[in-house]
Amino acid sequence: MIVAGCDVGSLTAKVVIMNDGKILASPVIRSKPRPEESAKEVMDMALSKAGLSMDAIEYCIGTGYGRAKIPFVDDVISEIACHGKGAQFLLPTARTVIDIGGQDCKTMKIDRIGKLVKFITNDKCAAGTGRFLEVMAKVLGVRLEDLGALSARARAPVTLASTCTVWAQAEVIRNLNEGKSIEDIGASVNEAMAKRVAILANSVGVEKDVYMTGGVTKNIGVVKSLERLLGVKIKKSRVDPQVAGALGAAVFAKERLEGRAI
Amino acid sequence: MIVAGCDVGSLTAKVVIMDNGNILSAPVIRAKTRPEESAKEVMDMALSEADISMDAIKYCIGTGYGRKQIPFADEVISEITCHGKGAYWFLPTVRTIIDIGGQDAKAIKVDENGNVIRYVYNDKCASGTGRFLEIMADTMEIKLEDMGKISLSSNSPVSISNQCTVFAETEVISLVNDDKEIPDIVSGLHRAMAHRVASLVKGIGVETDVIMSGGVAKNVGMYTALSEVLGVQIKKTKVDPQINGALGAALLAQEALRSRPSV
Repeated sequence: MIVAGCDVGSLTAKVVIMNDGKILASPVIRSKPRPEESAKEVMDMALSKAGLSMDAIEYCIGTGYGRAKIPFVDDVISEIACHGKGAQFLLPTARTVIDIGGQDCKTMKIDRIGKLVKFITNDKCAAGTGRFLEVMAKVLGVRLEDLGALSARARAPVTLASTCTVWAQAEVIRNLNEGKSIEDIGASVNEAMAKRVAILANSVGVEKDVYMTGGVTKNIGVVKSLERLLGVKIKKSRVDPQVAGALGAAVFAKERLEGRAI
Repeated sequence: MIVAGCDVGSLTAKVVIMDNGNILSAPVIRAKTRPEESAKEVMDMALSEADISMDAIKYCIGTGYGRKQIPFADEVISEITCHGKGAYWFLPTVRTIIDIGGQDAKAIKVDENGNVIRYVYNDKCASGTGRFLEIMADTMEIKLEDMGKISLSSNSPVSISNQCTVFAETEVISLVNDDKEIPDIVSGLHRAMAHRVASLVKGIGVETDVIMSGGVAKNVGMYTALSEVLGVQIKKTKVDPQINGALGAALLAQEALRSRPSV
């Protein structure tokens, strides 16, 4: 039973093709000016990756900002519902998913059947996103991937008082000039990052299991600080939650075909 | 009766020396690493410009971010009160003062006697402070003090979608790479910043007359953008807008001396 989900967002478009619960293809492209173009292009890519023709798709659900313009869908469902469904499929025990990307941070809370209970995102302020760590790594003269390990080697971590990336950067420079060690400052950077993320996560209410996704999972210092601040053990996942919406749409399509209620 | 006000800010330090209501000198310097150094240096400059010695100053009030470290101040007063006082002195009809410095932005509301009724400030987020413009000037490799003039030749300001300084900086780099005209980018940045400042000012309500003080008030593009966004014509200060706080401090020093019984 081959089904598809198509998520046309404002920045990217994604398609997931599934066969009996197995993902065959899940391409992501940058959105074109017109949603129908994005949908066609990403679907063509998915079909060619899966080695299928459009006729093979038995049911397709559209979602995302441009869902009303997707020419080949059988039905549409809101992106919120699809995101929850997709996250639950990828991480069945997850109730809270914290996704930190290079330019944003999202926290979503889902129930046991994958219904999205709450969702909050910060893409307005660089603090609490991967960008914060990028800026600080540059100032400290360490590679981004080495920043996380500094926390464990810190002897007397300093405290950064500023939330704003610009002000915190000035604080880091001041600490460097005062002769504080890279480890002690690095630890404070990771801690400041975790604090900011914890505020966002707490505002949706943190429930176990807590999963973290996105590039910042590689920073062990941030993960440890976040575990301490939230008082939970965090499970890390390498899945790309970017496709969760399209995936959720495909799962809904499968349930439709199976005659299950949504 | 000679008095002085000394305002040590994050980026600049200022002193105003007054003699019976006349300004004798009002120098501005870039702040040093330590506030006490800045205070001493700018005061020495003020004294030499006024051609007097330190003993001639009967009372000195310190204000600004580094006010507690000014060695020669007889008293310290918050910059909010000083800015209110300074603005009221040259424009008694002033009711709203928007002060944008290098690291913060404040909106101050004063009554018909120049007393502060309400104020609001932002020092948490770099966006909406002078730092925002400073970073953007660096990114575009233009001088901060030229931004106002450059923006005047813009015909179609670009729209800057990011509020965050860090994200807006990336946006500016892309705009430059997309060959957008520098004047249009600068003008767009002024508008973006004006919106940010306006949301702060609206927190206390905009009442005319409105003046702008602080270093950013020297930027003619910000004057226009903020006037447009607030829907009022912002008046110009009669003195260098950067010395408004030090001026207020000197005026308060004068009042302090007058109210004291002579010994």
